[in-house]
Amino acid sequence: MTHSERVLLDADPASTPNGGADALLRLEGVTKNYGTDVVTHVLHGIDLVVRPGEFLALTGPSGSGKSTLLNIVGLLDRPTSGRLAFQGWDVAAMNDTELTALRGRGIGFVFQLHHLLPAFTAQENVFLPLLADRGRRDDEMMERASALLAEVGLSGRAGYTTNSLSGGERQRVALARALVMRPPLVLADEPTGNLDSESGAQVFQLLRTFNQRFGTAFVIVTHDDRLAAQCDRVVHLLDGRIESDTSAG
Amino acid sequence: MPFALIVALRYLREGKGQTWLILVGVGVGVGVIIFLSALISGLQESLIDRTLGSQAHVIVRPREELPRVLPTSDRAVGVVTVERPAQRVRSIVQWQQARAEITRIPGVIATSPTISGAALAVRGDGANAVLVRGIEPNSYRGIVDLDKFLMRGTLDLEGFGAVIGVGLASDLGLSVGDRFRLRAGGGSEGDAGGVQTVTGIFDIGNKDLNARWVLVSLRSAQSLFGLEGGVSTIEVKGAEIYGAETIAVEIAGRTGLVADSWMKSNEQLLIGLRSQSSSSLMIQVFVVLAVALGIASVLAVSVVQKSREIGILRATGTTRRQVQQIFLIQGSIVGLLGSVVGIALGIGLGYLFSTLARGPDGTPTFPLTLETALYARTAAIAVGVGTLSALMPARRAARMDPAEVIRSG
Ligand SMILES: Nc1ncnc2c1ncn2[C@@H]1O[C@H](COP(=O)(O)OP(=O)(O)O)[C@@H](O)[C@H]1O
Ligand SMILES: [Mg+2]
Repeated sequence: MTHSERVLLDADPASTPNGGADALLRLEGVTKNYGTDVVTHVLHGIDLVVRPGEFLALTGPSGSGKSTLLNIVGLLDRPTSGRLAFQGWDVAAMNDTELTALRGRGIGFVFQLHHLLPAFTAQENVFLPLLADRGRRDDEMMERASALLAEVGLSGRAGYTTNSLSGGERQRVALARALVMRPPLVLADEPTGNLDSESGAQVFQLLRTFNQRFGTAFVIVTHDDRLAAQCDRVVHLLDGRIESDTSAG
Repeated sequence: MPFALIVALRYLREGKGQTWLILVGVGVGVGVIIFLSALISGLQESLIDRTLGSQAHVIVRPREELPRVLPTSDRAVGVVTVERPAQRVRSIVQWQQARAEITRIPGVIATSPTISGAALAVRGDGANAVLVRGIEPNSYRGIVDLDKFLMRGTLDLEGFGAVIGVGLASDLGLSVGDRFRLRAGGGSEGDAGGVQTVTGIFDIGNKDLNARWVLVSLRSAQSLFGLEGGVSTIEVKGAEIYGAETIAVEIAGRTGLVADSWMKSNEQLLIGLRSQSSSSLMIQVFVVLAVALGIASVLAVSVVQKSREIGILRATGTTRRQVQQIFLIQGSIVGLLGSVVGIALGIGLGYLFSTLARGPDGTPTFPLTLETALYARTAAIAVGVGTLSALMPARRAARMDPAEVIRSG
């Protein structure tokens, strides 16, 4: 059993080291630079704590570093400096395989565009993360995928190839995929950015529903102030710094 | 079905045109290898068959008589004239013991005492130079399958029976039951005046042998060449044709006699076969290289095309190892399916060849050696090469940085 598998099996945040307390995600002084000769400083000392079940909007102008921050939080990228703990575990010490396992089981992703595999049906796209994790196809993963597709209102589309789905439908398939591992955290980078307002509202509503039903924490990057206003907490990024962090109510 | 195999199969199915292209490429490569191997080994087998059909693996004879060295002048040092002793058939001393000793050598499966000597076959006005071969039909059958070559009559050498080739028969106008006379080089005609009766006529498939060989009993040859009770050669067959030289060396070591293997006496043929094999191997190596480069470049393109999908797979929990497997498996599958296509193609080419390439009389020039072992070997090579060619693209796919890939997508 790998280090990270053990982490996930004992995934009671209170019992994990590093004083997990109730933080799902803890960033301390995280910076990110790109380039070696000409260094671009994208993130400057980000401190952020995300708790289980939070519904958080990440806003900010284009180029302010939202995607960069999301990639770091999603364990797809490593910070240049600073500390990052997911479920209380310091991820700096983990190797790629451990990070992959932690990410696969702990974090779901919804991207803005192009995020389904066209060689697979909607249902297969949904259970692909489970298939990668378990190594073999089984009935349970297909049932789980069908149930999630029903939840996002696509039970009739399970066998469709993704190219035959509309933009809103694809985004809902992606959402079902992000949830199939039952992760404690889902990261969504402008999930409605490419949709008309009606489909966008529908997708956003689904995020909210899953947040409330399963207690999944969501970090949603959005440009849309009306959507941000519907979140419990809005973190505003400006030039790689957190400019404001406001909680509703 | 494992995850990586599922994804690999889907990717191959998705990339229809590319997949077909690469399958045809591998298929043509495998087909060429199958056809070429079958052609070369068929050709070589039939050449060796023809050579060894009428020839012993090893021929044992007495040591050469020491040549006499005549000094040409008092002053010239090292310049000598070597005078060979007059040609006559000589006997192997204590040949029965030598034969028993040879029989004990591992790998020897048959031995036969024989006498070979030059003579004239005379009938009426006609006279032909021939090679008289005194044999014991029973033991000689273990060396050369004479019955296979017999066209008319029987292989009956009792008394003064003789079996001759079709060439000699037509030259001297002999048929079964006719008589002719053998006259050995020394002028001796043996008893009964060397008169033989044709009991059979053979066609050995070799014009020279058909015109020259006269098979008689050991006893007839002994009296013809004045070797009462003796033999001039012992012919040996080994279990394995390419083991002949080893056996020859062993015989020479144990008996002190001269032992020539077919490999030594057909050195030119062997050199020819060997260079044929190595040029065929070289062609195959280049075919394999071309196929490998083809697979590698198609997969490399596919990795670039799929880089965003690879990033998504990585983001959703697919390990580097699994990503690498996805592409390695594609290489193996292409090798496997390509070899199925290629084997079919190779067999097709083989049929085409055997219908087109016929001798003047319409019979196939030689059979191709198409066998399961060749298919299995070629398929194994194709799968191995497919997997190896996929290694570089697969590594590249596994190394992709998911953050980079998703962002740029
Ligand atoms: N791989 C990279 N190399 C260099 N600069 C980058 C790279 N990725 C992002 N950046 C820069 O970092 C800044 C923030 O980008 P990003 O996080 O995508 O912003 P946002 O998502 O808020 O629009 C931009 O100025 C962008 O050009
Ligand atoms: Mg962005």
